[in-house]
Amino acid sequence: MVETMRDVTKKLGFARTTIIAFLIILCVMAVFLKIPIYMLLSDTLVRTGMNGILVLAMVPGILCGIGLNFGIPLGIVCGLLGGLISIEMNLRGFSAFFIAVIISIPIAAVVGYFYGVLLNKVKGSEMMVSTYVGFSAISLMCIGWLILPFSSSEIKWPIGDGLRTTISLSSRFDKILNNFLSFHIGKVNIPTGLLIFFIISCLLVYLFLNSKAGITMKAVGDNPKFAIASGIDVDKSRIIGTMLSTILGAVGIITYAQSYGFFQLYQAPMMMGFAAVAAILIGGASAQNAKISHVILGTFLFQGLLTIALPVANKIITQGNLSEVARVVVQYGIILYALTKVEGGK
Amino acid sequence: MNEENTIKNKRKPINLKELLFDNIVTIMFVILCLIGVKYSGQPMIFIVNELIARISRNSFLVLSLIIPVLAGMGLNFGIVIGAMAGQIALIAVTHWKIAGIQGFILSALLTVPIAVLFGYLTGKLLNKTKGQEMIASMILGFFANGLYQLLFLFLIGTLIPMNNPVLVLSGGVGIKNTIDLSGGIKYALDNIVKFPILDVIVVASIISIIYILFKGLKNKKLTKKHIINLSIFLIVVIASILLNQIQPIFKMIKVPVVTILVVTLLCIFNVFIMKTKLGQDFKAVGQDNHVAKVSGIAVDKIRIISIIISTVFAGWGQLIFLQNLGTLNTYGSHEQVGMFAIAALLIGGASVSRATISQAIIGTILFHTLFIVSPQAGKNLLGSAQIGEYFRVFVAYGVIGLSLGLHAWKKQIQAKNKLKV
Repeated sequence: MVETMRDVTKKLGFARTTIIAFLIILCVMAVFLKIPIYMLLSDTLVRTGMNGILVLAMVPGILCGIGLNFGIPLGIVCGLLGGLISIEMNLRGFSAFFIAVIISIPIAAVVGYFYGVLLNKVKGSEMMVSTYVGFSAISLMCIGWLILPFSSSEIKWPIGDGLRTTISLSSRFDKILNNFLSFHIGKVNIPTGLLIFFIISCLLVYLFLNSKAGITMKAVGDNPKFAIASGIDVDKSRIIGTMLSTILGAVGIITYAQSYGFFQLYQAPMMMGFAAVAAILIGGASAQNAKISHVILGTFLFQGLLTIALPVANKIITQGNLSEVARVVVQYGIILYALTKVEGGK
Repeated sequence: MNEENTIKNKRKPINLKELLFDNIVTIMFVILCLIGVKYSGQPMIFIVNELIARISRNSFLVLSLIIPVLAGMGLNFGIVIGAMAGQIALIAVTHWKIAGIQGFILSALLTVPIAVLFGYLTGKLLNKTKGQEMIASMILGFFANGLYQLLFLFLIGTLIPMNNPVLVLSGGVGIKNTIDLSGGIKYALDNIVKFPILDVIVVASIISIIYILFKGLKNKKLTKKHIINLSIFLIVVIASILLNQIQPIFKMIKVPVVTILVVTLLCIFNVFIMKTKLGQDFKAVGQDNHVAKVSGIAVDKIRIISIIISTVFAGWGQLIFLQNLGTLNTYGSHEQVGMFAIAALLIGGASVSRATISQAIIGTILFHTLFIVSPQAGKNLLGSAQIGEYFRVFVAYGVIGLSLGLHAWKKQIQAKNKLKV
């Protein structure tokens, strides 16, 4: 028994074991505090699907060797643009959602290409540069949201210039994936469509990673010198990985928005990259290596932690926002922990 | 930096181009500021007045960044942690109701042990993340912010007894979001003495003239550079006296002399420490970790010391900042400190591996000029003050990203050149 326990902890690593233990403690507390556990489970499932693709966007980035892609806000901005165009075209339902995705993909591909070229120029400092590229993209788009010529009354402020800070999707594609084929097990609501969409995305990335281009990319990330020696165009592979990461970021934010019910413009997406990074790290990825399984496990654990911690914390301490503080500590703590391992690996 | 020199020497014909390339950020900003000043339509007096307040308020924080840069640790995004240390001390002092300059000095003293501890821990962590110091210190700042909120939102009133209706929320747990310092240390430093700006310039110039003459007499020789400097200062003195006669409105602009003196002291300290053994060690570590280690320098220890110094200065810098501002935003005042200070330093022409005092001061002036004029200029140019606001945020982030990018790019080119040689 102790042996197997030790084996499991060794495989999962110290950080993950702690978080899983913490999650279990939270669940037990939730039961004792008489918080309806089925509600928490439904929420966790929804939030896993909602954030999953944003977390998935980290995988190609890490594998092609640009490290944790803190520049994911670039992709997010492309996704927001696609979503707004779809509303502007006055679409509803599934066509609105998929048109948004289809429009945002080429935009994200172009942006991702130039972003990849940039990251090739700054090898060795990608994470720092990409963080600030993300920040400046968001603040540049703040100006963009003020001056873009959208005319739909749902997007624009009724009075004055610019777009609304939050754009409701209730008449467009709010929860369209969540509700698709959704059913109840007991009292737990399963957002089938959302989960299927997430899993299909995972599958597509998995297929790509096992294609020739994907394997080349992994080789580049693993050992650039070896890759050069075997005649692989390193820079090109890195650009492909970055493009893919940006595209997934764009698709991710549209999925996120349809579940959340709103598009959030201006400063809101600024820190989203950090949450995605933390999630994949919790799942077991490092700055050099990541798998699809890390995405699924990590998103589930991180979002589960957040959903379950919130009501539990509110029951214990009624004042202030303890769960928000806990999120900050866990999120950045886990990123820091991973960063100390970057040097250890070398 | 020997390699850099050899590369520079080889390309002597295009030296001007390189000079432009090296200072591109600063040059761009001078142009941006000029455009902003022109289109904002604000009177010069207003801009200068604001600028002086902002220089005295912010330059200490910017200067606190220099030592880690010289020690090769890059820009210390973790000065946020120093700022937190300052705020913890400040809240304690406000709680004890010690006002005025006594309160300020006490909080400055209290900041030291807290910041030393924080700095030590930061240094330990940064030693574990060599090569990734900047991103690590930035994330550490976010992380520490969580712990800081934990302290002030939940531990005050529960674990730490505090019974002060002015500071604590009505429920008895947690510190209020904004704390008014007007009965406390507001203007504690600024209001000690204030003189009209032109008088200050005249006195400072005369002191500089005397200093140069003194140095010249000591070496028994006045070089060309000395004479040029002397004549510049003389012109400044005469021009200031004349301006004082012609434009009496300049008497309205007052300078907080003590604050400026404190900032000057920090500048002198920075110069002085580089001349000591410790400063030489900083430089050695900054140039090459490995060589420094071989020559018997305790690299890790030196790195920790540099971060501790930076953290303590950041704490003091935050105190100076807050005494001028007059309100402490408990959960927000420290958040942007690192970003603004770093943007200012980079705008002055500093890079990840090189920063000087003059760059810090020039950067602070340029950055804050843009801050003052951009809303109005945005309104006049584009019809929306909001665009100006967002533009300056974009500029702050963009300039950091650009400088980091340019630096990494240069390093890559250098590495390639080295291979060719």
